[in-house]
Amino acid sequence: MIPMVVFALKALGREARAGELKILFAAIVVAVTAVTAVAFFTSRVSDAFMQQAAEVLAADLRLESGRPLEINNSYTAKAHELGLRVARTTSFSTVLFNGETSQLTSIVGVSDGYPLRGTLRIANDLEGLGIATMELPQPGEAWADARILGLLGIPLGASIRVGSLSVRITHVLAYRPDQGTMFSALAPTLLLAESDIPNTHLLLDGSRATWTLLYAGAAHDIAQFQTWLHTYKSASERLVAVSESSEQLQRTLERATRFLQLASLSTLLLAAIAVALTARRYSQRQMSTIALMKSLGATQRFVFYVTALQLFVTAFIGAIVGIVFGWMAQSGLMWLMQDLIPTSMPPPRVATAGLGLAVALITLLGFALPPLLRLRNTPPARVLRQTLEPAPLSSLINYSSPLLAFSVVSYLLVRDWLLIGYALCGLFCVAVIFGLAGTLFVRMTTKVRGVAGVAWRYGISNIGRRGGESVVHIAAFGLGFAALLLLSVIRGELVSDWQRSLPRDTPNHFLFNISETQITPLNEMLASYGVSLPAYAPWVRARLVAINGISMQSQPRALTERGRAFVEREQNLSWSSKLPLDNQVTAGAWWNDNSQSSPQVSVATEFKDELGLKLNDVLTFDVAGETVNAPVTSIRKVRWDGFRPNFFLVFPPGVLDSMTGTFMTSFYVTHEGRKGLSHVARAFPNITVLDVGKIVDQIRGLMERAALAVQYVFVFTVLAGVMVLLSALEGSRDARLYEAAIVRALGASRRTLLTAVAVEFAVIGALAGVLAAGAAGIAGWFIAKHLLGVAYHFSGALWILGGGGGGLLVGMIGLLATRSVVSSPPSMALRGH
Amino acid sequence: MTVLEARKVSKQVSSPEGVLTIVHDISFAMNGGDSVAVVGASGAGKSTLLAILAGLDTPSSGQVWLDGQEITGLDEDGRAAVRSRSVGFVFQAFHLVQSLTALENVMLPLELTAVTGAKAKARAALSAVGLEARANHYPSQLSGGEQQRVAIARAFVNKPVILFADEPTGNLDTTTGSKIADLLFSLNESTNTTLVLVTHDRSVAQRCKRLIELDSGHLLSDLRLR
Repeated sequence: MIPMVVFALKALGREARAGELKILFAAIVVAVTAVTAVAFFTSRVSDAFMQQAAEVLAADLRLESGRPLEINNSYTAKAHELGLRVARTTSFSTVLFNGETSQLTSIVGVSDGYPLRGTLRIANDLEGLGIATMELPQPGEAWADARILGLLGIPLGASIRVGSLSVRITHVLAYRPDQGTMFSALAPTLLLAESDIPNTHLLLDGSRATWTLLYAGAAHDIAQFQTWLHTYKSASERLVAVSESSEQLQRTLERATRFLQLASLSTLLLAAIAVALTARRYSQRQMSTIALMKSLGATQRFVFYVTALQLFVTAFIGAIVGIVFGWMAQSGLMWLMQDLIPTSMPPPRVATAGLGLAVALITLLGFALPPLLRLRNTPPARVLRQTLEPAPLSSLINYSSPLLAFSVVSYLLVRDWLLIGYALCGLFCVAVIFGLAGTLFVRMTTKVRGVAGVAWRYGISNIGRRGGESVVHIAAFGLGFAALLLLSVIRGELVSDWQRSLPRDTPNHFLFNISETQITPLNEMLASYGVSLPAYAPWVRARLVAINGISMQSQPRALTERGRAFVEREQNLSWSSKLPLDNQVTAGAWWNDNSQSSPQVSVATEFKDELGLKLNDVLTFDVAGETVNAPVTSIRKVRWDGFRPNFFLVFPPGVLDSMTGTFMTSFYVTHEGRKGLSHVARAFPNITVLDVGKIVDQIRGLMERAALAVQYVFVFTVLAGVMVLLSALEGSRDARLYEAAIVRALGASRRTLLTAVAVEFAVIGALAGVLAAGAAGIAGWFIAKHLLGVAYHFSGALWILGGGGGGLLVGMIGLLATRSVVSSPPSMALRGH
Repeated sequence: MTVLEARKVSKQVSSPEGVLTIVHDISFAMNGGDSVAVVGASGAGKSTLLAILAGLDTPSSGQVWLDGQEITGLDEDGRAAVRSRSVGFVFQAFHLVQSLTALENVMLPLELTAVTGAKAKARAALSAVGLEARANHYPSQLSGGEQQRVAIARAFVNKPVILFADEPTGNLDTTTGSKIADLLFSLNESTNTTLVLVTHDRSVAQRCKRLIELDSGHLLSDLRLR
């Protein structure tokens, strides 16, 4: 064993010195560089994304309960054991008074450490944007929303009573990261030190309040803790993770992750093709040496182990170099993006380096093993007859080895078998179709080559003459282009979908408690601040008292915590003839002019799920003492984060119109127009104004970051694609060198040869591009529809880009890569051969 | 003592035209220190016979005994072991590894069998063929004659019992070819190696002690020249 290792290492040193391994080495370096750069970058962006998303919760994980949660409970002990940080908030609603004026307020008591993610912003005037602070209100102090001060008419620095506690308002609370989590609590916030909460004497046994424990820490510790908590928490406690904090955020995160996964897979595929092509060439070149070694007495086992060891060492060194390059590439990228990324990015994950190593070794093993195994069988008699070649391997090994390697590495990269399954099926179909189309095309070229000048004829005839190799080129380029075109198409659809989902004019203000008579003067006032006429949704409050005639107290169904809240609290009922925006009927049917006269109700999926409702269940509501019976005639899926008024329960017009209700609306107002809204509050004191601009901005910021990531990751995939081109061209370099020498010796000019090379590659590239455009179009549609859930638009430009771009790119790179072949003196090439 | 013996060796291959017999029922034996030239027209089966005798290929029927061992009964690795121990090769196309220097090429068979002192032995072999000064040159930096001398040094460095040479002068001009033949025969003489030489060159063939002529795979004549 030791002599073999010594021999292998010595031989490796010699081969490296002679440059035999340089292409394979380069392919591995590029593979690892591309994959690790994407992985490093993805890890940083997704960590940053999670961090920013975590701001929305002020933590990585929240545990909410309607009963007091002691901060030093067993959960906290476990959290500390895992190295997590813990904080607690207590929140409840109460009415604050200033003389005769009162305001319903959300009191939030926070412990040390709050917020665990994001920062509080405080201001010293009502309209200030505030500055970030690490401080918290001290006992006896409070930070108040500007609205509290405005509506109660008290100045900053004044004291206010909260239950039996008197606190001095020291700052305006301009922003708290988790303000969106209590979106339903429309009341403005008064932030207190948690130790002051008992002194208010407002929380008695059974009081309605929410106790929340906040946790933050490293991702895997949080994940571990989340699993633990799921098992041990009581049923009444609700766990909220970052991904659940907002439907829109979750969708964005999922899609961005999917895209980055696709980009990783595409990069890996391209890199693997490059490795396969170079390994094929390496084994071809090694065949004569192996035959010689065997004629000198080397056994098959010896040959195999020596070659495998050499490739392993090459892969290992290539991987290390690739990891360093990958790290540098993503650092460069971060540097380029420093103006675009507002906050500092978290560092790359160290584990990604291990991933790079695994990618190099497994890819090499899977894609280089078949040629290596075949090399082992090189007949020693090849030293006498160069035409002798080892028998081809069984298709099983030829195809299963790369397939297995690709699956394993894909799993390491994306951990999603469904996606890998789709990718493998797609790859298989595309490879077969490209292979068949390539074969057909190569046959056709033999018929058309006589139609143009000598350079064209020579170029076109080359395609037919190198039949098998041309098919491999068409398939390899085609796959490469398909991956690139696919990513560019998907990227475009994804980014425009994000832009569409939260356009610039997304509503950033809500108005509540508007009486019908106020709508006209309000509209006039809003118009003067540049607000276009908003839509008003009517609503009344009601209590659900029975389902199918059985009172809620006697219902046999087991209700969830949230379901119980639906029953115990009053619900907001609205009515509309048209299906509201952001709503989609998933079961039953929305009413039309004929059917809307009878009482009926459309229920949001959340309400249906929590109460276990189904179509035609009859709900009985108590609306200000009047009973309304309505069968469920449709179920709606509602996009709650469209920032428009939406309701769990919607009736047709005519059922609730006579009840005394109010209206609500939402609209977009510019930064300038914003100041005018304080006049609205003053002119219509009963109307509640809620500013959600910061929440919208928070979500938009996340989407922009995700969009940026998908744009830039693409660069690495393109680089891997170029590597495929180069390695495919290198594969035929020896034969080309010899042929070019012969043709030049026969008197052909360099220009003729270069034109021929350009024609040959441009034709191959154009065909590969057209095939790729077809594949990318179909795959793009499938991925957009089934994996990302975005709309897909077929475009003719894809074909032009594929065919034209493919021809131009392959023609140019082919020309550049084979220039030296054409330029070297014919005598040298002939002698070398 | 017999070092090489072929008993009723035949080789058939399948071709588009059907089964072709390239070597027909050939039998002969060689003693240590003997030299035999295998001659015949192109396609007579010379190289195929050489490959079978050297254990690079297997016959369809018949047996070959090399250095006291029946190599036709061995598998690929078994034959490789016999080759590493007992056989040396010189080829028409030299077959030097382009990425190795002259010295490293000569060291190759020694390194494959993990022989100690490979470098010194290879230097001595290069010196024996008059190429000590070119030890660190790559094949592309050597002339055809020099490359073949490196190949001869490589063939003799392991002190083989038998040396197979396939058209060793075929790629060289007459003068260089003649010098290479001189070298080959003098080394054969001094090391008492058995030499099996496939050649088209009658003048080279005449220098062997024995001449075997093939025609369409058949043994046409087996003459002892001296």
